[in-house]
Amino acid sequence: MNISPYFFYGFGGIAIACSLLVILKKNPVSSAFSLVMVFFSFAGIYALLDAHLIAALQIFVYAGAIMVLFVFVIMLLNADVPSFDLGRTHLGMRAVAGVLISMILALFIWAFKKTPLTPAIAQFSSENIEAAGGNTLVVSELMFSEYILPFELTSVLLLAAIVGAVAIAKRKLATGRF
Amino acid sequence: MLLKKKKGFLQELYLIEIIKGLMITMKNMLFAPKVTIQFPEERRNYSDRYRGMHYLKATNGVENCTACMLCPTVCPAECIHIEAGERPDKEKYPVKFEIDLLRCCFCGMCEEACPKDAIKLSNIYEMSTTYREVYDKQFLLEQRGNK
Amino acid sequence: MDILDWIEVGSKTALLVVVLLQVVPIMVWVERRGSALMQNRLGPNRCGPLGLLQSLADVVKFLWKEDPVPGHVEPFYYVLAPLVSVVPAFMTFAVIPVASSIQLGGRVLQFQVADLNVGLLYVFSIASLGVYGIIMAGWASNNKYTMLGSLRSSSQMISYELSMGLSVIGIIMTFSSVKLGDIARQQGELITHVGPLILPEFLQLPKWGIFVQPLGFLIFLVAVFAETNRLPFDLPEGESEIVAGYHLEYGAMKFALFMMAEYLNMTTASGLLATLYFGGWQLLPGMAWILGALQGAFGLTGLSAEWLRVLFEATSFSIKVGCFMWLFVWVRWTLPRFRYDQLMDLGWKVMLPLALGNIFITAILTYYGWV
Repeated sequence: MNISPYFFYGFGGIAIACSLLVILKKNPVSSAFSLVMVFFSFAGIYALLDAHLIAALQIFVYAGAIMVLFVFVIMLLNADVPSFDLGRTHLGMRAVAGVLISMILALFIWAFKKTPLTPAIAQFSSENIEAAGGNTLVVSELMFSEYILPFELTSVLLLAAIVGAVAIAKRKLATGRF
Repeated sequence: MLLKKKKGFLQELYLIEIIKGLMITMKNMLFAPKVTIQFPEERRNYSDRYRGMHYLKATNGVENCTACMLCPTVCPAECIHIEAGERPDKEKYPVKFEIDLLRCCFCGMCEEACPKDAIKLSNIYEMSTTYREVYDKQFLLEQRGNK
Repeated sequence: MDILDWIEVGSKTALLVVVLLQVVPIMVWVERRGSALMQNRLGPNRCGPLGLLQSLADVVKFLWKEDPVPGHVEPFYYVLAPLVSVVPAFMTFAVIPVASSIQLGGRVLQFQVADLNVGLLYVFSIASLGVYGIIMAGWASNNKYTMLGSLRSSSQMISYELSMGLSVIGIIMTFSSVKLGDIARQQGELITHVGPLILPEFLQLPKWGIFVQPLGFLIFLVAVFAETNRLPFDLPEGESEIVAGYHLEYGAMKFALFMMAEYLNMTTASGLLATLYFGGWQLLPGMAWILGALQGAFGLTGLSAEWLRVLFEATSFSIKVGCFMWLFVWVRWTLPRFRYDQLMDLGWKVMLPLALGNIFITAILTYYGWV
């Protein structure tokens, strides 16, 4: 994969540009569409790292399902009014936010500088995974044997969240008042 | 009143019903006679009393019309315009006989009113043009429809 | 990846795109002639033999029509939407195998653009993107009808994607692979036994998906109809209630792109149906005999025999795909449409439980080694 750096810079650049668009766009729907593009570029980067399963799931789950629901809800609510108005914020607050952001950025840069450039991937190198039967097989075997408990706990957590959402949404129904 | 027929289990499943429906369309596609009339080659047969394009009847090369003005009078759309004149033999005749096709509603009243059997409506129905057509006397005399 | 790989991938992609582009006008013609014949009409029969060039005339018309962008739309997304709906339709076909691979001078030439090891997941992830074109079109057109059409479409697609994905899990469990190439290859085997019962020779069916997963096939078929927005699930458009739905504001080539996307989606869906449930490139009954006879008659050996086999396999695959495409057209001109609540009822109350039940049964049967 001798040309992957160019692809990486391409996808990375698109990801950054579209992330900026997400927060800069006035219209919530176009922000959401930009976010879809961000997910796409992430999927591209995952695919470059030979993590095809994660790339497919990234598109399938995030871009294909969650963002569709997002856009759906935004369009249903017709949320045209921006929730955030730059002119209304206090000057001091803005300064604090700026300092915080630059601190986080510095933290990121420091963290990345500290990490070795070639991380130890041990047994999970692309060749080993390919030999063991491919991405999907390896991930699913691990997920349903060694990590079965966290996996099931996560699904229970999600179920609890769904039940909670229904309970909150239908509270009026339960008390009999519409 | 909407009557709900009682359906059996297989009908509730719909699958077999759908296949039956598919068979019906397939039968129609393969075996049913096609009703399309392919226009320029095949034509629909209209009744003889169909009121299509107008024409003026002539006897021995002279139009029957005597410019009696009955047809412009009876015309509900006021689409007939006649200017009367006199021939050397003191016979009245139309110098101008024009039918404004945009106004004509093909009611056929002119045909009924005409005492001389001069104006008639033919079976021709292909009259579409890209301009505002006015039939003049020359045209009306020359085109004889399918009569 | 060396230069030969790039050439291989590039030429395969180009060939695929070109072939798929040819499918669209032919399908439009089939749809128009087929519907006409079913309604006791004749359909377009003037342009070229049997009216085959009618689609070409349509294309020329679409190309030369004025293509304005209405004043009240969101111009960027308005223009983007038709493209967004066309591209995924092309992309999905990349993982569908057209024929089995052949050995070509030390290289294995596969007749699919990419045999990804996420196969089916890739198909579903790309298929789930098709809805963006519709949503984008509906929203960017800034019109009540388009908005309603795209809302309907997105909720419909989300509902049926679930049962579509779940119905295929049965196939994945049976063939224990998500690679479409593997799935197609395994369908060449025979069903030798049902549980403890060993079948006699004449009863041995090929291990096609439809024989091992009949319920899964039905669910997938219905879900695919809903996913491609074809009748009886064409709720996103509807003359009497929301005019043309999401593509109401589009004209000329942009509208043609939406139409292309519809037919391409149909093609991809048919390809998937053939690959997953009808043996993919496996030869149809009788074709193996003809192939053997031909190879024997011309004394073909080695590479030329292989190429003939590839040709036969591709033909077999095309016939299967063609049959499904015809089914799409046939069903469209037979069934009336659903009402929207009926559509949702079917999706959530019938298809989803059935798909889950199918997984459950398949899991038990697979565990005891019955299939």
